[in-house]
Amino acid sequence: MTDVVGAASAATATIPDAPRSLWSDAWSTLRQNRAAMTAAIVLGTLVLFVLLGPALSDYRFDKPNWDEIAVPPMTGGHLFGTDSLGRDLYTRTLMGGRMSLLVGIVSTLVSLIIGIAYGATAGFLGGRVDRVMMRIVDILYALPFMFLVILLMVLFGRNIVLIFVAIGAINWLDMARIVRGQTLGLKQREFIEAARVSGVKSGRIILRHIVPNLLGVVVIYVTLTIPQVILVESFLSFLGLGVQEPMTSWGVMVSDGALDMENAPWMLIFPAVFLAITLFCFNYLGDGLRDALDPRDRSGR
Amino acid sequence: MSPRLLDVTDLNVSFETRDGPVHAVKNLSFQLAPGEVLGIVGESGSGKTQAAMAVLGLMADNGRVTGSIRFEGDELVGLRGARLREIRGARIAIVFQDPMTSLNPYLTIGAQMGLVLKRHRGLRGEAARKECVQLLDAVHITDPASRLRMYPHELSGGMRQRVMIATALLCRPALLIADEPTTALDVTVQAQILALMAELRVSFGTAILLITHDLGVAAGTCDRLLVMQRGTCQEQGDIDDCFHNPKTAYARELLECVPRLDAEPTRTRPAPGEPIVRVQDLAVHYSVAQPGFFTAPKTLRALDGVSLELRPGETLGVVGESGSGKSTLARAVLRLVRPTGGTVCLLGRELAELPEDEVRESRRDMQLVFQDPLAALDPRMTVRQIIAEPLEAFESGLSEAAITARVSEAMIEVGLDPEWRNRYPHQFSGGQCQRVGIARALILKPKLLVCDEAVSALDVTVQAQIVSLLLELQARLGLALIFISHDLAVVRRLSHRVLVMYLGKVMEMADADELYRAPKHPYTRALMAAVPIPDPRLEKTRVKALAKGEVPSPLAAPGGCAFRTRCEFAIGQCGSAEPELRDVGTARVACWRVGEI
Repeated sequence: MTDVVGAASAATATIPDAPRSLWSDAWSTLRQNRAAMTAAIVLGTLVLFVLLGPALSDYRFDKPNWDEIAVPPMTGGHLFGTDSLGRDLYTRTLMGGRMSLLVGIVSTLVSLIIGIAYGATAGFLGGRVDRVMMRIVDILYALPFMFLVILLMVLFGRNIVLIFVAIGAINWLDMARIVRGQTLGLKQREFIEAARVSGVKSGRIILRHIVPNLLGVVVIYVTLTIPQVILVESFLSFLGLGVQEPMTSWGVMVSDGALDMENAPWMLIFPAVFLAITLFCFNYLGDGLRDALDPRDRSGR
Repeated sequence: MSPRLLDVTDLNVSFETRDGPVHAVKNLSFQLAPGEVLGIVGESGSGKTQAAMAVLGLMADNGRVTGSIRFEGDELVGLRGARLREIRGARIAIVFQDPMTSLNPYLTIGAQMGLVLKRHRGLRGEAARKECVQLLDAVHITDPASRLRMYPHELSGGMRQRVMIATALLCRPALLIADEPTTALDVTVQAQILALMAELRVSFGTAILLITHDLGVAAGTCDRLLVMQRGTCQEQGDIDDCFHNPKTAYARELLECVPRLDAEPTRTRPAPGEPIVRVQDLAVHYSVAQPGFFTAPKTLRALDGVSLELRPGETLGVVGESGSGKSTLARAVLRLVRPTGGTVCLLGRELAELPEDEVRESRRDMQLVFQDPLAALDPRMTVRQIIAEPLEAFESGLSEAAITARVSEAMIEVGLDPEWRNRYPHQFSGGQCQRVGIARALILKPKLLVCDEAVSALDVTVQAQIVSLLLELQARLGLALIFISHDLAVVRRLSHRVLVMYLGKVMEMADADELYRAPKHPYTRALMAAVPIPDPRLEKTRVKALAKGEVPSPLAAPGGCAFRTRCEFAIGQCGSAEPELRDVGTARVACWRVGEI
């Protein structure tokens, strides 16, 4: 016991006076995590690249050139070569990145927000409310995904926003279940009861105690969801329900490129490499976030 | 000097961690003669368990053992594989703290005991069964033959520990290592198990290495004592010498900190005044669903007809074994659970029937301190945020600076350095975490503070500090205190009046002095008899009238007087009607035979 006191008082000297919070501490921890920071920088560069790149390119992403069909990289001014319609692969990869990143981030964010709010509420309130809310989730689970997508297409016509809605509508169900399970466990913990005794209202308990303690699990789930969402989008596009030509996404480019792999491997390699780098970065960033958000892990240093 | 059974010299145990090696045990030497009982006592982190694990050759992968451990002439350090397994289990056996986690829930008692017999003695079938029955009989398990077919969950906690001891003795080991064997048990059951160990030691001639944090347990059981602190041996010697003539400062400090049941505390009665809280006939019943579709749910009477009053500056101690409804009482008074019946009146405000959001108003006047100091603090919040939480809930609109000032003030009040406010709970020791919990409870200046086993999870020296802190705060702030504990000795130190509970009902309520001097209810007497006193001379000669058996399940509470199934004075009347609380002198006792016994 006394060793702990000793170690603790040794650390006192370095503690700043300003009130600290989970978020500011998490940020300073994250900044010291080299892998996570590298991932964040790479991701940031990628986003900038994808946003600005196509405008700076000499070629348009949707303009076929019948004289330069499937030329290899570094020929005729095409950095990444061209695809089977003679469109510049470099510009297309960047345009596809816009779509993939947008789908990945927006859909995940949608499922994250709905899932946490729904799951934490159901788990925290418990009892009859919980049972009704979770049965609704069960019913939604039972609807076939493709049926839902087709239904949306019929009702609202073909629209890129619908992809987000459809993917988000499916993914939040998983998130809600995971969050609810974790909340049920957290609810039993004494510090939640301590907050109730202190007179903290239910909504505030959820926001201040339940949600921050869920983040570890949520972050891991998010790093799994982003790649999944990007792949689901390419599957939808493959069926003709998602992104429509000439617009493209990494998922679409990879599945197109795979068909021509033997003759023009670059059509597969470039989008695949970009996709892989992105997913790597999200994983490292996720790991870093999870560690940064858990104060107990910081004592190791 | 008798030949040595175990001879440990210069034992060092260290663990490789990311932050460099951690030395759990440093230069420890001790001997053990056949049939002798050596107690190793120390606070958490003192290395007592690691020393025993080294003897057993059970080390984590990053652990390193050096020195010498000679057992019956064999060197155990460096021994591995088949030779080690031959000794472990057969010649050296172990009993762990929690009997539930050390028994396999998927195997019957008979199957688990059979495994040991098959491995070490080659016994199977009928011969093995006979041996098991004989051993279960030796540990006083009734109807041993049918118990062999039971699964661990079908046995009570005390019975499981008896089974563990029987299993350990199957191979007639020369050495039994008991690592906190009674810590997870109720005090009456603890006394039964300790009596059993003393008896078996004579009949089996087994040497025992008893590891415990409880000096009282050691006093009654051991021949010799070894006091450890931070991995080193502080004192070693005859049990009488260690207790009555301690040579080192640490041993003296440890002994002074242990609360004693037979100590006379000097608690002055608070001035009479309007009660802060008045509880009438409080009851909490739960409906417990039963397996099967058409089975009606059973009613669990967690709390039944409890009444009490508390004045400013007064402490009410609440004692009882697990399942007695102590914690339910705390939660019903604080309106964390909704009472099924009765009234709770706090400062003239009736709380029992109020909806949750109106109870909130009264929360600033009543606060709770929890058992597990770390678990009661949100691991993701700084100490400042934790202590400020009640403040933010009730006094919104305070500036950051004002909050910091109030938090610092509260931290100083409980003996914490306000500089530490930006730290996280895991950076504090258990005692410091408990101080944070108390600071949070006191920041709104409540009138009523409920401590639910608030010092039970702490080491004795820390426990003594927290108890003094509570006494000091009470004197200064005029707090009314409800102090709930299974430890009768600590309750004596703090309380003006004591409430004894059993299966949700009040057995006895009396002034602390009177209750401890002359307990009237048979249950109170049994509880007191079971509490070990840290004095080997007294403890070994004390005649104990122990309660029979264990606390029944609250779902199957006996009719009439709840305690009658374990009471040595029970007569027919006790089963047919439930005794009311009656005034006996200044005490109130619920027992039909209180006048006669």
